[in-house]
Amino acid sequence: MSEKKVNAIDVRNVTKIYTSGNAQTKALKNANLTIYDNEFFTLLGPSGCGKTTLLRLIAGFEDITEGSINLFNQEIVYLPPNKRPVNTVFQQYSLFPHLNVFENVAFGLRRLKKDENQVESRTFEVLELVQMREYANRKPNQLSGGQQQRVALARALAPEPKVLLLDEPLSALDLKLRQAMRFELKTLQRETGITFVFVTHDQEEALTMSDRIAVINEGEIQQIGEPEQIYESPSNKFVANFIGEANLLSATCKTPGENGVCELETGHTLNLFVPPHIKQNDRVTIFIRPERIKIEKSSNQKSQLIISEFTYLGNAATIQLNSNNQLINVNLPIEDLKVFKKGDFVDIQFPKESAQVID
Amino acid sequence: MQTKNKKTKFRYVWNFPGFGGWTAIFFGFLYIPIFILVCYSFNSSKFAMIWTGFSFRWYAKLFSNDDIQAATINSFIVAFAAAPLATIIATFSALALVRGGEFRFREFSSGLITLPLMVPEIVTAVATLIFFASLGINLGLINVIIAHTVFCIPFAFMPIKAALEAMDPNLELAARDLYSDKTSTFKTITLPLLTPGILSGFMLAFVISIDDFIITLMVAGGGATTLPVYIYSMVKMGVSPEVNAVSSLMLAFSIFIVTLYWFFNRKINN
Amino acid sequence: MNIQGENKTQNRIFALLPLWVVIGIFMIGPLLVMAVVSLMESNVYGGVHFKFSLSGYRQILFDTNLFDEIEFNPAYLIIIARSFMLALAATFLSLLIGFPAAYFISRQSNKVKNILIFLVTIPFWTNLLIRTFAWIIILGKGGVIESSFYFFGLLDEESSLNLMYTNSAILIGLVYSYLPLMVLPIYASMEKMDLRLLEAATDLYSNRIELIRKIILPLSMPGIIGGSILVFVPCLGAFIAPDLLGGGKKLLLGSLIQFQFSYARNWPFGAAMAMFLLALVILVLIFNARLNRKHREYANQK
Repeated sequence: MSEKKVNAIDVRNVTKIYTSGNAQTKALKNANLTIYDNEFFTLLGPSGCGKTTLLRLIAGFEDITEGSINLFNQEIVYLPPNKRPVNTVFQQYSLFPHLNVFENVAFGLRRLKKDENQVESRTFEVLELVQMREYANRKPNQLSGGQQQRVALARALAPEPKVLLLDEPLSALDLKLRQAMRFELKTLQRETGITFVFVTHDQEEALTMSDRIAVINEGEIQQIGEPEQIYESPSNKFVANFIGEANLLSATCKTPGENGVCELETGHTLNLFVPPHIKQNDRVTIFIRPERIKIEKSSNQKSQLIISEFTYLGNAATIQLNSNNQLINVNLPIEDLKVFKKGDFVDIQFPKESAQVID
Repeated sequence: MQTKNKKTKFRYVWNFPGFGGWTAIFFGFLYIPIFILVCYSFNSSKFAMIWTGFSFRWYAKLFSNDDIQAATINSFIVAFAAAPLATIIATFSALALVRGGEFRFREFSSGLITLPLMVPEIVTAVATLIFFASLGINLGLINVIIAHTVFCIPFAFMPIKAALEAMDPNLELAARDLYSDKTSTFKTITLPLLTPGILSGFMLAFVISIDDFIITLMVAGGGATTLPVYIYSMVKMGVSPEVNAVSSLMLAFSIFIVTLYWFFNRKINN
Repeated sequence: MNIQGENKTQNRIFALLPLWVVIGIFMIGPLLVMAVVSLMESNVYGGVHFKFSLSGYRQILFDTNLFDEIEFNPAYLIIIARSFMLALAATFLSLLIGFPAAYFISRQSNKVKNILIFLVTIPFWTNLLIRTFAWIIILGKGGVIESSFYFFGLLDEESSLNLMYTNSAILIGLVYSYLPLMVLPIYASMEKMDLRLLEAATDLYSNRIELIRKIILPLSMPGIIGGSILVFVPCLGAFIAPDLLGGGKKLLLGSLIQFQFSYARNWPFGAAMAMFLLALVILVLIFNARLNRKHREYANQK
């Protein structure tokens, strides 16, 4: 039985240009994406890539230069932020310093002119949800970072928005807290059923929390897909490098087509799917993750692959293979730690389906 | 061994000897004249510069001096009119200049605010006098109030601008995000957070207005004498202990307001 | 931040309108009117005849003698020169007095620093007239200085040291008026000095004089320049010190101008002198801006 997917947010051909004096910056170039209802959707990318800009456009804090944004099939670009049923959790929390926790969380409800009984019960309900009920009378400057973050979350959730926007909410927390909050946020999203749009530059965070991810770089959306898809089949070099570790090796296409063959500069050949636009003898880039490559001790000294770096990580090791100055990164599983050392000559194997051609 | 030498040498070189004493002399230079002035106000002798004994009589005499009282009332009227006006104008200007983003007249407006500080006071005084005379504007104290408002604006502006810049701009965005319209946001978020800055600006403007002399001297007509102008006329007639007494009171008042301002600012910043 | 559906420009203009109106009409307006008046003919009863005339400016340099001939009159040039020289001297003295104090204060603990700077600032917020008046009590006939001299028998009761109504009296008054304005900027730039630089320098330079010359002075230069401007400009146009301490004998630009509007009733001349003073101040400010830019470039290179 298939679920009917509802489009929560439709971003169509959105461009955002900032003008300062004579200088123009293109923060977003013709972005297109769809976010479904009840989805944990992440915008992932390095600093300045445009992910926060997109979030602000959805929230209504910025004007669109071109394009349209639909919220449940309603055009919202002409609406000011206070008319959009969308709420934001800010990176620095931005709690109102002159109001206590209760008043902060009740703020949205009061602006919506709900009657005071409703306001009170809903506020306490949502404070309970984030486990901050006892702090209702405290002022924000009396709270720790993690506590402020929960209040910010409660404040945004109280008015029951259709979509919750989160702008790198975990970046100011220390590691242990961050990991705990990741789990809590994920649970919260499942429990409330609200669409979460989450912005982060931390790819590990994106992979663990998201239903789907949009990878953005320099204002352009690079790839949209589920975490596994993005990890296993990155659509270009940027995504391959940004998510996890990647080997990007130059090769020549020997045989094009579905059962194609490419030859690495090391001399190894790979059987893999070659995209149709690649012809014989074209140069290509092969993408393969370090953990996919298998190595074994070289029986003959003829092998040109030598371990040039050996980095011990405790539960694993990463090694670098050097062949004619082409470097290949390989992850060693724990059982192989004692077998290999720097200076060893090795052979490598590329299991089937482990590599792909990337543009 | 080496480290110890370096440290003592460092500290030794740092603190230039004699600078402490020099600073003491500096503060002496700054405050002793004031101290002398205040002391002489308690001089029971009529001849201001010959000390004969301690007395409050000059202060008592102030209370029966109608002219001084009228002048004092005028000073306060002007200050209580000009300072709020200047503060309101400064507040709007600060909101536009700090939160308004980039726009064509930004530099110009910024410059406009600092203009009263850059033009020498005597020039402003003379120009304002000529201006009012040429246009036949002869509204007594109102002339003075207008002139004071102009040069109080930059003084009110500075603390307000500082407070606004220190405020997280996302706070107003957060309010908008939570269904608050522009007016509501201003009333519930911006204004409450800006109020300490506005009060500081008001206090500065008030003190500046009370203390002003040159501009008031030139601009004030007959019945619009303020206290500093009256003191000037007394000084011109010759030094008398009454002048010392009223001067000491004025000094005490200004110092009181400034100290209030200082403590108020310390409290906000903590 | 540009929220859709809100007319930003309109709001801005609305907010800035009071500012433009008040300063435009009551600050720029008067300056323009004054410029016009400086080009008018004087009316003996005060005010002006609405007739074009360069007499205001001409009077700065020339005078008509009894034979209706025009001859050069150095009197006002002397006043201008005196104003300039005294302003320079006052600036230099303030620098001399204020620099060590600023340095000392910046070396104290935070708590002490704040209190000391507050004490430096207080005089600035009190009435300048009153503060200058205090010096009459000190310098005047029978004043504190002379009384002490009588007391110690250094002076007999009949004669006087004649400290008042001299250039020196005015100089003391000027320095006293604006000294805090020299200290504050220097203190501010010293605050910004990186302690580690001084530490490193202590290794390089063996004596204190080099330390001052090579490190402290250059780094506090922006403050020194700023403070000097803050003292020099008001001194140029000062009125209270020359009026109270110089009497009618030693005129400076400020008291000269004021005189034209009280007793002399020569508005065009007064306006012309005021324009001249304004031009002088603008020149100094432009010079200051150039100096700051050059210094910033120099500092960036370092």
